[in-house]
Amino acid sequence: MSARRIRSRLTPYALVLPGWLWLVIFFVVPTVSMLSVSTMTGNDLDGFKQTFHVSTYKDAWTQYHTQIIRSLEYGLAATIICILIAYPVAYWITFRGGKYKSTLLFLLLLPFFVSFVIRTQSWQFMLDDHGMVLGLLRDLHLAGDHTQILQTSTAVVGGLVYNFLPFMVLPIYVALERVDPALLEASGDLYANKVTAFRKVVFPLSLPGVFAGVLLTFVPVASDYVNAQILGGARTTMIGTVIQTEYFTNLNYPMAAALSFILMGVLLVGIFLYARLLGTDDVLEMAAR
Amino acid sequence: MNGELPPDLVRGLTQARMSRRSALKFGGLSALGLALSACSIAGTKGKGGNLGGQAWREQIDTFWSQQKKKGHLDFENWPLYIDVGKKASDHPSLDLFTKRTGITVTYHEDISDNSSYYGKIAPVLSAGQSIGADIIVITNGFELENLFERDWLLPLDQSRMTNFYKYSSDLVRDPSYDRGNVYTMAWQSGITGIGYNPKLTGREITGWKDLLDPKFSGKIGMFNNSEDLAAAAMCAIGVDPETSTPADWKKAADWLIKQRPLVRKYYDQSYADALAKGDLWATMAWSGDIFLKQADNPDLKFVIPEEGGVIWTDNMCIPVHAQHPLDAMTYMDFVYQPEIAAMLADYINYITPVPAAQPIFAQDAKDATTKDDKAYYTNLSSSPLIFPKPADFARLHRYRVLPSTERKQWNALFEPIYQS
Repeated sequence: MSARRIRSRLTPYALVLPGWLWLVIFFVVPTVSMLSVSTMTGNDLDGFKQTFHVSTYKDAWTQYHTQIIRSLEYGLAATIICILIAYPVAYWITFRGGKYKSTLLFLLLLPFFVSFVIRTQSWQFMLDDHGMVLGLLRDLHLAGDHTQILQTSTAVVGGLVYNFLPFMVLPIYVALERVDPALLEASGDLYANKVTAFRKVVFPLSLPGVFAGVLLTFVPVASDYVNAQILGGARTTMIGTVIQTEYFTNLNYPMAAALSFILMGVLLVGIFLYARLLGTDDVLEMAAR
Repeated sequence: MNGELPPDLVRGLTQARMSRRSALKFGGLSALGLALSACSIAGTKGKGGNLGGQAWREQIDTFWSQQKKKGHLDFENWPLYIDVGKKASDHPSLDLFTKRTGITVTYHEDISDNSSYYGKIAPVLSAGQSIGADIIVITNGFELENLFERDWLLPLDQSRMTNFYKYSSDLVRDPSYDRGNVYTMAWQSGITGIGYNPKLTGREITGWKDLLDPKFSGKIGMFNNSEDLAAAAMCAIGVDPETSTPADWKKAADWLIKQRPLVRKYYDQSYADALAKGDLWATMAWSGDIFLKQADNPDLKFVIPEEGGVIWTDNMCIPVHAQHPLDAMTYMDFVYQPEIAAMLADYINYITPVPAAQPIFAQDAKDATTKDDKAYYTNLSSSPLIFPKPADFARLHRYRVLPSTERKQWNALFEPIYQS
């Protein structure tokens, strides 16, 4: 083999090298060192030593499984609500948006020019016991003195949906935008009515968008801690908050690392199951089209 | 995406080849092996100066005798914790200090809670570097204990504490958490008790037992830090937190668990707004906040619970590697002059470490030209929130001080309560 041929064979690898380096430096190295930290024992004062103490994982689960399960429940609820809201929005923008498409998309992203924390904080003002929502309901005698929205799970899931909605709308929009109008005409030619055309043509073609949307929302939603802290109450703590406390308040690095890995593991299993159920091959194939 | 990229590249990017995959796996494994076997995280323990020993004392004296006035000082404090002039950035007491001593002060307000501030400075101090501040203000609690344990504070120059020894109150002189004021001088103290709105509760609140009333379900606030929360619960079950045992902790945790269904949220500083707005009817509260919020909502009241409340002290201390230690010492003693203490207390509304500020306020009330001023200074000089009476002190307890190695059980009991 000539040097030239070797070089040309290596070229694609050289081209993706920066990507790989990035992945190694910013993903593989931190992940591996966190994995290592999770089995250390010790304390902040005397230092932590590697003792392959895996029962930290057991302790983490026994102490905080409520918060982990709750995070998954909130994540799931918020993701499903996001799909239910985002799909019609994306559909409408794609097929009815006409010349206003880009304006509509801009409007969708407009709130994101304001900081995440400020936006969530403003929900607090709206939802508190004397705010616009409850104040009005109380005036109409639809709510009593002890009715509250803020500091309940409803408020937290609501906040999560609000904050992550665009991450669901955009991928679905992209998928729908890619549907060739000729396919719709063809389905009409084959005597499909509008409902059938949507069910058999448009919807299956948009699934990769939904899949991408679920990835983009479910994972960050389940590990979010801002919403639960600002909008949540006495029984709505999510695992993100616990990890933060273990890290910065208790300086219990192994526990924090173990919790992170449990969360990561559970999320990965969830995503894989979901991909299986939906048929990953089809989805990835369509996404690559 | 069709046909936009060369098909070879698309294949290369999307389909992993066996060789590359195994190479990655191998690379990953070897890195994993390396990281797992070699790594450990170094501890931060101090060398443990033999506290109080003669040699150690001499060492401190030598250190201080070598220090020279540098004419500048960096002061790191909590927000809204110093007097303010016409502009928010004006601090008359600091200007007066500069005028009298020629030392300029850069004032920062970057400490919003002890634990996150500690998290910020610990890596810097651990690396043996200066944090860029000469005075920091830390509450007597776990973080202050951490700083002691790691030798991260400079022992003070006892010969430069004249005003302190002349004017400081019994509360802050020789406190249980820092015997002999070796490392700290109090900035202000405060009380953790109950803040409430009698218009909403419909009756007066007298103690922690009122925070178990099902009538207030969803309108009760508690704190989300394990020191205050645990100390309150221990007062509620009639135990002095400072001398509590692990068995007491368990009982206190049970009390909190019993209360939890009624609690709206475990709050940080934001409880004060929630109380002023009416989302909360009765809540754990810090005395100075309620005094301040009474300006917005005159209905609010603060009570030292009959079962007992908690008194805490925020302390000025000098971190190691400070650039201007002598200037810092000068300032720390300066604020103990009654007139300066009064300037500060007038604005801060917590418990001043200088009782001699009280007659100054009484005089201000007498000299006041407007009715508002008169009422304000009368209130200030007679408020038990700023000058607690001996009877009040009898009901006030200090935090439990635990060395960092013994906090596991404590955290395991109380953390799951406020993070549930």
